Amino acid sequence: MPELSTGLLSVRNLKIEATSYPPGEPPKRITIVDGVSFDLAKGKVLGLIGESGAGKSTIGLAALAYGRGGAEITGGEVKLNGTDILALGKGGIRKVRGARVCYVAQSAAAAFNPAHKLGDQVIEASIKHGLMSRDEARKRALYLFQVLGLPNPEAFGDRFPHQVSGGQLQRAMTAMALCPNPELIVFDEPTTALDVTTQIDVLAAIKHAIEETRTAALYITHDLAVVAQISDDIMVLRYGKTVEYGPVQQIIEAPRQDYTRALVNVRQAIRHEAADQSRPLLSVDNVSAQYSNGFKVLHDVSLHLCRGQTLAIVGESGSGKSTLARVITGLLPPSDGRISFDGKPLTPSLKRRSRDELRRIQLIYQMADTAMNPRQTVRDIIGRPLTFYDGLRGAAKTAKVKELLEQIEMGTGFIDRYPAELSGGQKQRVAIARALAARPELILCDEPTSALDPLVAEGILKLLARLQEDQQLSYVFITHDIAIVRAIADSVAVMHRGRLVRFGPKSQALSPPFDDYTDLLLKSVPEMKLGWLEQVLATRRMESAGN
Amino acid sequence: MRLREIPITAWVGIFGILLAIFCALFAPWVAPYGETEVVGGVWQEADAQFFFGLDNLGRDILSRLIFGARTTLFVAFAATLVSFSLGIVLSFIAAVSGGLIDTVFSRFNDLMMSIPTLIFALVVLAVLPQHILILILVMAVLDSTRVYRLGRAVALDVAVMEFVEAARLRGEGTAWIIFREILPNTLSPLLAEFGLRFAFAILFLSTLSFLGLGIQPPTADWGGMVKDNKDGIIFGIAAALVPGSAIAALCICVNLVVDWLLKRTSSLKGGRGDA
Repeated sequence: MPELSTGLLSVRNLKIEATSYPPGEPPKRITIVDGVSFDLAKGKVLGLIGESGAGKSTIGLAALAYGRGGAEITGGEVKLNGTDILALGKGGIRKVRGARVCYVAQSAAAAFNPAHKLGDQVIEASIKHGLMSRDEARKRALYLFQVLGLPNPEAFGDRFPHQVSGGQLQRAMTAMALCPNPELIVFDEPTTALDVTTQIDVLAAIKHAIEETRTAALYITHDLAVVAQISDDIMVLRYGKTVEYGPVQQIIEAPRQDYTRALVNVRQAIRHEAADQSRPLLSVDNVSAQYSNGFKVLHDVSLHLCRGQTLAIVGESGSGKSTLARVITGLLPPSDGRISFDGKPLTPSLKRRSRDELRRIQLIYQMADTAMNPRQTVRDIIGRPLTFYDGLRGAAKTAKVKELLEQIEMGTGFIDRYPAELSGGQKQRVAIARALAARPELILCDEPTSALDPLVAEGILKLLARLQEDQQLSYVFITHDIAIVRAIADSVAVMHRGRLVRFGPKSQALSPPFDDYTDLLLKSVPEMKLGWLEQVLATRRMESAGN
Repeated sequence: MRLREIPITAWVGIFGILLAIFCALFAPWVAPYGETEVVGGVWQEADAQFFFGLDNLGRDILSRLIFGARTTLFVAFAATLVSFSLGIVLSFIAAVSGGLIDTVFSRFNDLMMSIPTLIFALVVLAVLPQHILILILVMAVLDSTRVYRLGRAVALDVAVMEFVEAARLRGEGTAWIIFREILPNTLSPLLAEFGLRFAFAILFLSTLSFLGLGIQPPTADWGGMVKDNKDGIIFGIAAALVPGSAIAALCICVNLVVDWLLKRTSSLKGGRGDA
């Protein structure tokens, strides 16, 4: 553990509790954060990392003396430049928040008011706090827009939030936080919701801006590879307690705790691709698709997948990868081309498909939350396909549901739970069981792990791999994460703006020579090593200088 | 469900509704006098013999209130139930099917709503024979336009959720999607609307009675009693306020129960069984 010296921010034995109200039981106190201490010197960045529920956001907000959703700071002290901000009254705290300590939220799209111009929102706090005049604030905003590399900085402030892209919005939010010249910024997963290719730009912009303005920062994320690029120190948290706290180099290169080691080594299992990829189960030939308003979303896509194998489809949001899955399921019939399944042409439209055709292709969604009816129990959710396709009822159905629960490595005790009573990983497992209940041959997985914590996601990937072995399942795995592709795919398709830019066995698709887009995509994936960001940016500069 | 978990407000509501139902079922035995029996002078003051006093024709108000519970409760509940069933089924079909069916249903609904409800009801009731079933149906159909609006809006929100898409991908029929996937997830706003609509049904019934097209005299109904006695208010006689208060009390009771149900159904834990 590094020496606890007095710096800009010093947190000692922080304890945060909340009261939960489980139905039918008396309310109970739960401890969210327990005995966390750290120090942050001026101009330094501390990365807080952990799974959801580890308490990292709660700690971040404690630096603003704020408890979200009933969380109360019940112990310890948070000192900013020597003053204990927890002891300040409401008025005192107001002078700190938004002036000396600022906050950057995960979803900039939700944090900006859509009815006001970006420029006005960026300078609002500085003016409200009387830190600068409107003109000074404007000048500062312009400077920050330039530092953050926003396009056309003079006119940027006149735009409304919906007129700029997600990455730009996140940078605007950073500008908003930097504007009052704060001593400390709390970044709460600022790049988690972005595409990898956008994430790298935002990351670089944030890093540059922090260095330029010499502001200290708390950087909260669940992605160790990201935090390794930007922080000086890292604190690994689990269940509200510190697991490991040290300089970034030690954490990444010589982790001391098992949990940290697991985080560093996540997703390194590599599936060796199947040798024979010649007899397709699913083949998509020259398929194009468009929405009813004539907007074309897929252009002439051809690919295939063999039985018992995994095809990974990669691309950023809007690349048409999910649309391709919708076309295969029949939700959006292709306007051109044909899809065949097991040697026979697949009926284009969902409504005309026979029950058996529907049964053989199942879909797993990204958000298991919305993919399951919140008013049905696990028994109903998994049991319905059994009744619907196989006519199972009563005891036979219950027995089969229990068998499926065993298969997804969840106990039979979960059978009468509602989705809201399950964790994110458990929900996704139930969704997998629902797909399995139909005895499918092909499962379309639409980013099933991207909403999950790394270790939970790894568990899901391992489960899918084991089921594939046992039942000869074929997967179309849609993802934006190259690491997952490396880990599980037999063949890879790269999509960009509705076109297939690359398709082939994994060994070919992921080795040079690359087309421009695949190259960009591969280089944008954060790697678990120090200095990766600088390396990539340097290569980019060299390339653009060379051109 | 455990009885002790029912909040006190819901108990008040349940008690009020049960009292009204009890009066309706056992009116001839509970009521001290006959429904149309003239027992004294016009607008006679309340005393030990006549608890609420007498009405504009010298009939006992308490007795008429008890008999009136029959018609008022029956007509209002029946009309609200029918209007809900009709509105919900049609709106859900529209939301789930989309396209032409949605357009036809919705535009027809707009057409119905564009004609003032009261005038529509007057014309229809004047033409059709005077029968309590026809009265209920007319009230229900007119009211169902409002339910349709709400039902379609909430169903559209749920119909685009992924679990509904998952059901479609499984090959489920429209009936399953409506009753098993969407309805349980839209109960909260619909229940809230039910409490409101029930109150409006009582008021609408009394308006119709007032205009002579609702419940026909001398049969008692609460809205009609307000109308009969309203002139008394000018002379400082409170007879009209008694049935008025009864309407208010019943509406509040219904809403208290609905609020409690609402809290139960909006619980994320499924809202049934021992939740």
